[in-house]
Formats: sequence, C-alpha cells, structure tokens
Amino acid sequence: MLTILAAILGVVAVAGAYIAIHNEKLIVAIIAAGVVGLMSSILFLLIAAPDVAMTEASIGSALTTAIFFFTLNKIRRINE
Amino acid sequence: MDQYLGQVVLAIGFILAILGLYGLLSQKNLIKIILGFSIFTTGVNIVMVAIGYVKGGTAPIMDAEGNAVGVFVDPVPQALVLTSIVIGLGVTALMLAYVMKLYQDKKSLNINDYKDLKW
Amino acid sequence: MSKKGFVVLLMVAVAVGLFPLFLSFNGGNQISDLGQHYVQNGVEETGAQNIVASIVVTYRGLDTLGEVTILFLVASIISFFLSIAKDDRMENRTLKSVTEVLTTSSQALVPIIITVGAYILVNGHLTPGGGFQGGAVIATGILLIFLANPKHQLNHTIIHWVESVSGMAFVAIGVLGVLMMDQGGFLSNKILSLGTPGELFSAGAIPLINVFLGLKVGTELSNVLGIYVESQNEK
Repeated sequence: MLTILAAILGVVAVAGAYIAIHNEKLIVAIIAAGVVGLMSSILFLLIAAPDVAMTEASIGSALTTAIFFFTLNKIRRINE
Repeated sequence: MDQYLGQVVLAIGFILAILGLYGLLSQKNLIKIILGFSIFTTGVNIVMVAIGYVKGGTAPIMDAEGNAVGVFVDPVPQALVLTSIVIGLGVTALMLAYVMKLYQDKKSLNINDYKDLKW
Repeated sequence: MSKKGFVVLLMVAVAVGLFPLFLSFNGGNQISDLGQHYVQNGVEETGAQNIVASIVVTYRGLDTLGEVTILFLVASIISFFLSIAKDDRMENRTLKSVTEVLTTSSQALVPIIITVGAYILVNGHLTPGGGFQGGAVIATGILLIFLANPKHQLNHTIIHWVESVSGMAFVAIGVLGVLMMDQGGFLSNKILSLGTPGELFSAGAIPLINVFLGLKVGTELSNVLGIYVESQNEK
C-alpha cells in the first residue's frame, strides 16, 4: 500500500523534473521545480522522517520558488 | 509489498539526481542551470535519508513514558540532511544574486556570451 | 548536436557506475552502531524525547555552528552585492493593485502562521520540530506580508539587533558549556538542570538554544527576502 503511493509520487516528481528541464517558458519550469520539492517532502514523510519533511516543505518548495520569481521580475524590469 | 519501500525511494532519489545533473550540464539558459542544481541537491538529500531506513520502522521520537514504541529508523542521516537543505537554499540565493548583476552588465542570459575567462 | 550526445553518454556512464551501489543496499534490517547508541542512551543523557533534535543541538553541536556561520556569510555577501545607492532609487513606482483576496486573507493568516512557528520552536524537544523548522515557518509568514503589500519596508534596526544578539548568545552558551562542566563539551546542555523528560521545562539548555537558533535563522532569511524585494526599486 505504502509502496504504491511512493511509486505514484515518484512518477509525478520525475515528470516534474523532466518538464523543468525541457520546457521553453521559464515560468512553467520554475513552478515544476516547486512541484518536485513538494513531492519529495511527502516522500520524506513516508520514510518516517517528520523533521526533514517540515524543513523541505517550507524551504525547498516555498522560499526557493519565491526568490526565483523575484529574480525573473527584476530581469524583466531591466529589459524594458 | 512493504518490504520494497526503501529500495523504491532510493531509486527515485538516484533518478532525480541524474536528471538534475543532466540539466546542469546541457542547458544554455542561466536560470535553467540553477534550476538543475536545485533538483540535483534535492535528489541527493532523498538518497541520504533513504539509506537509513529500517523495515517497518517509525520516527525516532520516544513517547510519554520514555519507552521505545517499536523499531526506530536511523536518526543520524536525518540530522545531517537538515543542515544540507538550509545550505542548499543559501547557495541558490547567492547564485541568483550573481545572475542579476551579470544581466545588468551584458543584457544576455545565454552562457555562450560570457567567454571573458576563456583563453 | 555532438555536445548534447556527449552529455547523454556521460549520464548513461554515471548511471551504470551507480548501479552496483543501488544493488548492494540490503534492504535495511538493522541500524548502525552509532544510531543504536544514540537511541538507547539518548533520553537519559540529554533528557530530550526528540532524538533528532538532541543530535543536532547537543551531540553534533559543532556542525550547527558551522551552518550558522555559512548562513551569516551568505546574508552579508548578498546585502553587500545588491545594495542600491541613494540617487539610483526610484520612489513611487506605479504598481498593479493587489487583489482583495490576498490582502484580506493575509491579515487573518499572518498572526496564525507566526504563532504556529513559535510553537514549533519552543516544543522542539518533545515533538518533531526545533530551531530550523520554526525559523523557516516564520520566514514564510514574512514572505506573505511582502506579497500582500509590496511597498512594505522592514525595520532594519530591529532585525539587525535581533540577529546579532541571537548569534552572540548562541556562541556564548556554547563556550559556557566548554568552560563550566567537567564532562561537558561545546554546547553541553547540562548547564541547567535536566528535569523529568516529557515536561516543557526539561532537557537542560536545549529549549534555550532552540529559541536563539530559530530567531537567528528566521531573521536572516527575512533579511535576504527583504533585500530581494528592495532591489526591484532600482532605476
């Protein structure tokens, strides 16, 4: 039961990583990287590591996506 | 079927690390290189936590009387991965600050335009 | 296309090289000897119920000091690099208005997020949590403040004072552990009494160290976010 759930989450994470590398638009790639962080946080919970899951969910998924978007906004403002 | 959980998560970690390394080496856009680095770090962290897994184990926290509830998983890799996640965020933030300053100078996000240090 | 083909070949070689490592993982039947020692003697030596938190703060205190140093270095380099001179700053830029859902819900959610973060900080030795987790949750709450009104400016004096005092107090408690006890080392938690495991005021100095660690990490990440928001104002 838990193994099937881990396999489904792993397939979503690998698909997200593939989209993050090969898509042309930058906004889609950044959101796909955020999805990879979220899926890996749930995988950490299935492995019985709750401390690591909390840290990865807030740092790897929320804060990383936010600073990528701030950089993208500044690059657009320099361009116009 | 629950006896294969450790190996499934270990395989997922290795595949994510290899995909991240491929994105780091073969892309030309600066922001996609940094995205590949972040995915690579996440994959390596999953590998490190999955090595310490014990079949049928629970989280290493004692209950109210101070007795062990069941079999515990290994707590040492989890303590090391906590440090590694925070340092990964710090390095990513530093790299993005460099990208902002480089774009102000040359107005290009392609890595083939930055050949000043090549001989 | 030879560069992409070369990279794919390199990845296949790395995967083939890592495959014996994956096969020799024998499924995990028992934990290592070091983990066995920490699990069996953890509660009586440190008095904390959360074994991972006691490893991070007490048994491996020097690694935590190294990580605090690296975070401090990253924050100071970023603030030096992205600083804007006074006459390059654009005042009163016109921004698109933020939707009403975001402003109203942030007024309701931000106090709850900061309270939950403080709860995770203080109860680090009883339930899953600790210094880093609580600090990261507090930084997420401050990110929500920045997203709800983009013209908000942090009070730099308070943040710098809190960060400096927390860092110095963390190092001072560590050095006190070296000087005072005959069987303690760096960041020994026997400088306060151990108490009975399971209560809030137990496990010696671990709650105090968690509070200073969480404050330092939270204010440092908020400072980095504030610099990223400030740098949008350049001409």
